[in-house]
Amino acid sequence: MRVALFLTCVNDTLYPETGKAVVRLLTRLGVEVDFPMGQTCCGQAHYNTGYRHEAEPLARRFAEVFGEYEAVVTPSGSCGAMVRELYPRMGERARAEGRGDSLARTVAPVVPKTYELTEFLVDVLGVTDVGAWYPHTVTYHPTCHGLRGLALGDRPRRLLEAVAGLDLVELPGAEECCGFGGTFAVKNAAVSAAMGTDKVRSAESTGAEVLCAADNSCLMHIGGTMTRLRAGIRPVHIAEILASTEEDPAL
Amino acid sequence: MSGTFVGMPAFPEAARAAVDDATLRGNLRHATHTIRAKRAGAVAELADWAELREAGRRIKDHTLRHLDRYLEQLEASVTAAGGTVHWAADADEANRIVARLVEETGESEVVKVKSMATQEIGLNEALEAEGIRAYETDLAELIVQLGKDRPSHILVPAIHRNRGEIREIFAHEMAAWGRPAPENLTDTPADLAEAARLHLREKFLRARVGVSGANFMVAETGTLVVVESEGNGRMCLTLPETLISVVGIEKIVPTWRDLEVFLQTLPRSSTAERMNPYTSMWTGTTDEDGPRAFHLVLLDNGRTDALADQVGRQALRCIRCSACLNVCPVYERAGGHAYGSVYPGPIGAILSPQLRGTGSEIDASLPYASSLCGACYEVCPVAIDIPEVLVHLRERVVEGGPAVRGGNKVVLRPAKGHAAERAAMRAAAWAFGHPGALGTGQRLASRSRRLHPRTLPGPGRAWSHTRDLPTLPAEPFRDWWQRTRGGKDAK
Ligand code: SF4
Repeated sequence: MRVALFLTCVNDTLYPETGKAVVRLLTRLGVEVDFPMGQTCCGQAHYNTGYRHEAEPLARRFAEVFGEYEAVVTPSGSCGAMVRELYPRMGERARAEGRGDSLARTVAPVVPKTYELTEFLVDVLGVTDVGAWYPHTVTYHPTCHGLRGLALGDRPRRLLEAVAGLDLVELPGAEECCGFGGTFAVKNAAVSAAMGTDKVRSAESTGAEVLCAADNSCLMHIGGTMTRLRAGIRPVHIAEILASTEEDPAL
Repeated sequence: MSGTFVGMPAFPEAARAAVDDATLRGNLRHATHTIRAKRAGAVAELADWAELREAGRRIKDHTLRHLDRYLEQLEASVTAAGGTVHWAADADEANRIVARLVEETGESEVVKVKSMATQEIGLNEALEAEGIRAYETDLAELIVQLGKDRPSHILVPAIHRNRGEIREIFAHEMAAWGRPAPENLTDTPADLAEAARLHLREKFLRARVGVSGANFMVAETGTLVVVESEGNGRMCLTLPETLISVVGIEKIVPTWRDLEVFLQTLPRSSTAERMNPYTSMWTGTTDEDGPRAFHLVLLDNGRTDALADQVGRQALRCIRCSACLNVCPVYERAGGHAYGSVYPGPIGAILSPQLRGTGSEIDASLPYASSLCGACYEVCPVAIDIPEVLVHLRERVVEGGPAVRGGNKVVLRPAKGHAAERAAMRAAAWAFGHPGALGTGQRLASRSRRLHPRTLPGPGRAWSHTRDLPTLPAEPFRDWWQRTRGGKDAK
């Protein structure tokens, strides 16, 4: 099977290690991974801040760049939700505004074949034990767009539970938003920081060494709060845990 | 105190003050978490919750689509049952109508059932200006009125107050409004409730005019419905000689049968009760029982403007259960007052800028008072996609566009203060349209990473004030991919 990695602009620029982990993991599971160089950004930040018209060309570009692949895999719940949930909605809106079907038709083919990483592993590859080894205590934060946008459900937890050596502990108030919310973190900084602090404190209370999530944007916010609060816990993307093996362990 | 909260600072500043108020945050956290957990339990008891939610959504959508027809039917039914219907286009008109109706009775006092609509139009203040005193009789509403405060929650207007604060308010303020609080009042709930009961009883027995809102209006029979927990509302509805109900036009349902759905979803969503303790229904007037005169003031006040908006109109489905407030992490920290509106929380963030427009600073900031986490949509018993409407209203703020205001089609200009952001968004969209340019930018940033400051300038300072920035990697992923052919060549 040949899939395209949609890494997302944030991961490409700030978290290349997550991308490398996805490539390692999928390759190990026998999937051929390609990284189309024409990819940039799904347009989520534009759309969510109110710049829907600026997001439209990015949706079109996404559809063109990824159109020829069997499946598109992304290690980001929120960017996955952008494609799956909001691209069709953008197409609808354009149609309702009398601008025709072109956007809806362009994005339609990529929508059903775009998967968030854990979804792809569980639903498409049909695996929950990916042969990983990660001897640490981990707590899992389900990010809002993964939880409610994509309905990832217990897929990430099932994958984590199957990791050798990993001790998964419950995060109190797990389903509460960490307070990132894209531009919300800047526009309503005080509330965002208060939410982030509560999230870090409850993560600390679990005694875990690692807080894991399926979205680096939330982890950037949570992690930045962790170092500022000198919390004894660190953020790790789930891809890096799943890619970790005894021969090639992740930190 | 005004129902429209003129001159409020924008949400971020108001919220910052609330975040720093430890007592307020404690009160809110405790109250919202308790009711949130109870609601989840009450909802989980019903196997057909998803169907009820969908039915509620459909009934409301259908009614809104044919609102003109159902309102005419309602007017005919109310009139046939002996009531009088008045139409109010805006707050001023509604207030004038109510003041005139009260004056015609020769009274200068009214008792009130808790009502969002009358708060929305600032009725108490308008009556005060005409020399008419309005007494709130809902317990929480009484606390707010005595405390010269503003409501901060739809269902529990005094949610931001704890018992000690309420005792202080009763002990110091009750005397000025009627029967004083008993000596040696303690802060136990039973003591506080008894003080309120004695105080309010005198009001009920004296008042000849009652003012209410309504949770529902049934078009086929002209029946109005109020659900409540205390029974004080029922006193206001049955004891006075004249009853004046001020109700938003969106509160209508076509048939009596439609109530079946909402009388299940509303109490479970709001107070986590299987059924609310008091459900009062009244249809026009009845000989020798209840009020002799009944007036229904149908309030528009921006609702038909909202109805004209294809995306935003779903906010008019709202049954004011307040479940979205209780799950909202932003409401929990910011408190209700920060929203500068009688409708706080997620629903306030989408309803107020639709009813009032996005012209003021506070209204332009409300669509951003959310992290778009989606918890509000998940709990809403009529499936209002609040995040979708928030994003839609953000678009109106930053890019302007067509809208209906005061019944006229207008093209709104972007709100002030977004020019820099707009330029940045457009520049980013351009770079993302040109992967080569993006790669160059990433490379330059990576190479100069040792020079990057640990704090950000401009609006970014708000980020780096409380959080550390991530350090840029030595090489963006795309360069690693090209250099190593996806890891096939040397690392
Ligand atoms: S928006 Fe939905 S959840 Fe919020 S108060 Fe209205 S009906 Fe209840």
